[in-house]
Amino acid sequence: MSSDAEATGRTENTDRTGKADRIRELMATEGDAVAENTRGFNEGRYESTGRLDDYEALKSEARDIKEDAIARLPELIERVTETVEANGGTVYLADDAADANRYVTELAAEERDADRLIKSKSMTSEEIEVNEALEAEGVEVVETDLGEWVLQLADEAPSHIVAPAIHKSREAIAELFAERFDPDDPPETAEELTMFARERLGELVEDADVGMTGANFIAADSGTMLLVTSEGNARKTVTATDTHVAVAGVEKLVPTVEDFAPFVELIGRSGTGQDVTSYISTLTPPVDSPVPDFERDADPLADGSGDDRDFHLVLIDNGRLAMREDEELKETLYCIRCSACSNACGNFQSVGGHAFGGETYSGGIATGWEAGIEGLDVAAEFNDLCTGCSRCVPACPVEIDIPWINTVVRDRVNRGDVDPGQTDWLFEELVPDEEPAGLDLSTRLVGNYETLAKWGSRTAPVANRLANVGPLRAVAERVAGIDRRRELPGFASEPLVDWFEARGGAAVSPADATREAVLYPDTATNYADVDRGKAAVRALEALGVHVRIPDLPGSGRPPLSQGMVSTAKAAAEDAYGGLAPHVDAGRDVVVIEPSDLAMFRSEYEKFLPERSAARLADASYDVMEYVFGLLENGGDPAGLRAPAAGTGPVASGTRIAYHPHCQARTIGVGEHATAVMERLGYDVRVSDTECCGMAGSFGYKTDYYELSMDVGEPLREQFGETDRTVVAAGTSCTEQLDALLGSAPMHPIELIAPRE
Amino acid sequence: MSLADRSTFKRRLDSLGVTVSEGPARACAELVADAAGDPAVGVSLAREDDESEPAASLPDRVDTDPTTADLRAAHTGVTGASLGIAEYGSVAIEADRAGTEPVSLFVDRHVVVLREADLVPDMPDAFAWLGPRARDESVDVVFATGPSATADMGGLVHGAHGPKEVHVVLLRDDRDADGRDRETDGDATAGSEATDDE
Repeated sequence: MSSDAEATGRTENTDRTGKADRIRELMATEGDAVAENTRGFNEGRYESTGRLDDYEALKSEARDIKEDAIARLPELIERVTETVEANGGTVYLADDAADANRYVTELAAEERDADRLIKSKSMTSEEIEVNEALEAEGVEVVETDLGEWVLQLADEAPSHIVAPAIHKSREAIAELFAERFDPDDPPETAEELTMFARERLGELVEDADVGMTGANFIAADSGTMLLVTSEGNARKTVTATDTHVAVAGVEKLVPTVEDFAPFVELIGRSGTGQDVTSYISTLTPPVDSPVPDFERDADPLADGSGDDRDFHLVLIDNGRLAMREDEELKETLYCIRCSACSNACGNFQSVGGHAFGGETYSGGIATGWEAGIEGLDVAAEFNDLCTGCSRCVPACPVEIDIPWINTVVRDRVNRGDVDPGQTDWLFEELVPDEEPAGLDLSTRLVGNYETLAKWGSRTAPVANRLANVGPLRAVAERVAGIDRRRELPGFASEPLVDWFEARGGAAVSPADATREAVLYPDTATNYADVDRGKAAVRALEALGVHVRIPDLPGSGRPPLSQGMVSTAKAAAEDAYGGLAPHVDAGRDVVVIEPSDLAMFRSEYEKFLPERSAARLADASYDVMEYVFGLLENGGDPAGLRAPAAGTGPVASGTRIAYHPHCQARTIGVGEHATAVMERLGYDVRVSDTECCGMAGSFGYKTDYYELSMDVGEPLREQFGETDRTVVAAGTSCTEQLDALLGSAPMHPIELIAPRE
Repeated sequence: MSLADRSTFKRRLDSLGVTVSEGPARACAELVADAAGDPAVGVSLAREDDESEPAASLPDRVDTDPTTADLRAAHTGVTGASLGIAEYGSVAIEADRAGTEPVSLFVDRHVVVLREADLVPDMPDAFAWLGPRARDESVDVVFATGPSATADMGGLVHGAHGPKEVHVVLLRDDRDADGRDRETDGDATAGSEATDDE
């Protein structure tokens, strides 16, 4: 695989510059093709799943089937062995890649004395590297999936689990064919290239000896395997050879044939946006079809030769049964490898799978696969590229919390792979976390953002002035990996909590109030963007709400984003402790920063007792969601600012461009701002970009600055020339839009709040 | 099968670029002749297990006992489908001993004959149908939806490995519950009486 590694950059354990260079190179060479394809798939997913009446119910059904199947896996393995053998096939349970390869090569090279084995696309076969094992024994291996064939010719690795050659442009493929085959009339168009490949591969298929496929699902009750394909190469691979070897991870087992239905409805829609792919093969092998004999082709086709077919199901453990025992990684086994998580991922859209590394799997859920199959060191290489934006969560057809798996792996990497040489003592006061000593400094600085913000606020404006001074930025870049091209957020000298107390607290008394609310002083609002906090107070009070702003601890989002799970859990317990009396008193919890609300509504279920998490989730609201609810329940919009009422530097024209925060969209509160603004008479254009690319601290890191800017590029294209007033809710979205558009957007609450 | 399923099925086929012709079973040979290119190979549509259905035959020029060489040279393959899924425009091709799978696969055009009575509304119905047959008879079924396709070469192309074109011949059930002929409409051109198999 050494040539593969060189071609795809799989090997590096690089330093900072190396990583940034690698990403820059991939963005330049493969970025355009990857972006066009993945964004197309992603849009297709929205359209195709939108045509389902019962999308959410189907996902839950699929999830239930997988949970049940993995729980009963040993029993299903036993059952499928019985059914396949009763059908006349053979089952081999391989412990690991070497075991599987030994079985397959003995079968193909020795028992069958095969010259050529043809394959349909199988990521599991990539995982065990069976091609290399077969070729070492003198068996020629031909990939028949067109994308895989292109990669085999180019000696490259897949960059996407469903569309493996997604990174190659049509021009690059034409060049490759011209170079490899030197044809008289070189194919150029997609049609010509496809027909050229069809013809070449058709010849290779005709005298192949063994056919190898993967399997998307296997029903234990009948030994039926299901293959999801479009080209027809898997059908040919099975039909044209008398020996069929299927390699599949043990997690592909489901109890019954009827269980296939929801997956068939979901897998194509989720992956490439097709309602269903061209061919769903449901084979209970050995299949009955006669084997066409292309050498003695004067014989009748239907000659009963199907009776002599041979079938081998090679079930592969390779770490999976251990993953099943791992409470955090277990969810990975529910994955049906549809690629929705990669396609929805802003970073993946910009750089593709080659930047995500991994021995086999890349992007989204791949962290779980690589951690379980290859180990933490491999998963660590690309784990950073998950920013936790969470846009993959609603895309996953089996409801896997993919960011959580990335976080868990990050936590394990943090704990297992520390550099004791780091000069932590310099920063002890700034990083009072619960993490092991020696943890990477940039990780810890971000993870302890709350402490940093407190210190910044206390020492502002000195801290603000120092923060952006050249020499200090150079140190920050070298020591902590914070890119000097980013402007650092400034801190406010008077935090929101102090301002509220100084103003005398609530302006609406409990007796006069329609509701009572705690405005949660999230770290960003409290110490940096105090204005949006003040605006929220004005808006809520205008709607008759009694507002309180108690001094409360941070939500734990920054440490969670760095995989500092223990620190995040401690923060969750503290924040819940501070909020619980308010919830008990019947007060609503209103949150301005969407990433903190997502902690309360979603992530806290990992950290708090079930009842506590549910109580807080039910009591907490996004500030725009809350305003929406107040208006729906008879609140008077006259107290809020409609378009005509504003003049001056804070633009308040009718026309608005709004970028919903990624995590807000995932928890279902991205659109309330739109509804409120429209109700007040604004004309709102909403961005369809999954994530702005900043994603908390991600875009500040030197390694990822350019990638972050590239991920934000569609936003710049959409909003760059607009005369609309740009609004966005997230602090990091605000910083990113400022960098992309040259002016800082305001929070929607600042748009609609009455003036001071 | 309801009328709604039939119109859903036809609409889905249309969106997939699959052409459709319709008629009673006795018009089958003529409908197939119109749809098949040359040379054509096929698999007989006779069903061993169901004698109550009206005969559906293929035109003489479709070779129903082809050699592998005939298959390789064929432009069109004609086969039956054992099920249709209205909501998806899919047809179920059985990989049987008669060679339905290679005949539908190693050709440029696949003409597939489906009885309207074998149309089911949605995907779960298809797997409810498949389950017992997979368990009891070890059947091998390919649910085919539109032509073979790939986007691996820089654009969507039909006919990557399998057929470039698909045509569905939809045979209407023109008998009432008692097995008598219903009044037929203008499409019914071949034969004046439906006869049962054998």
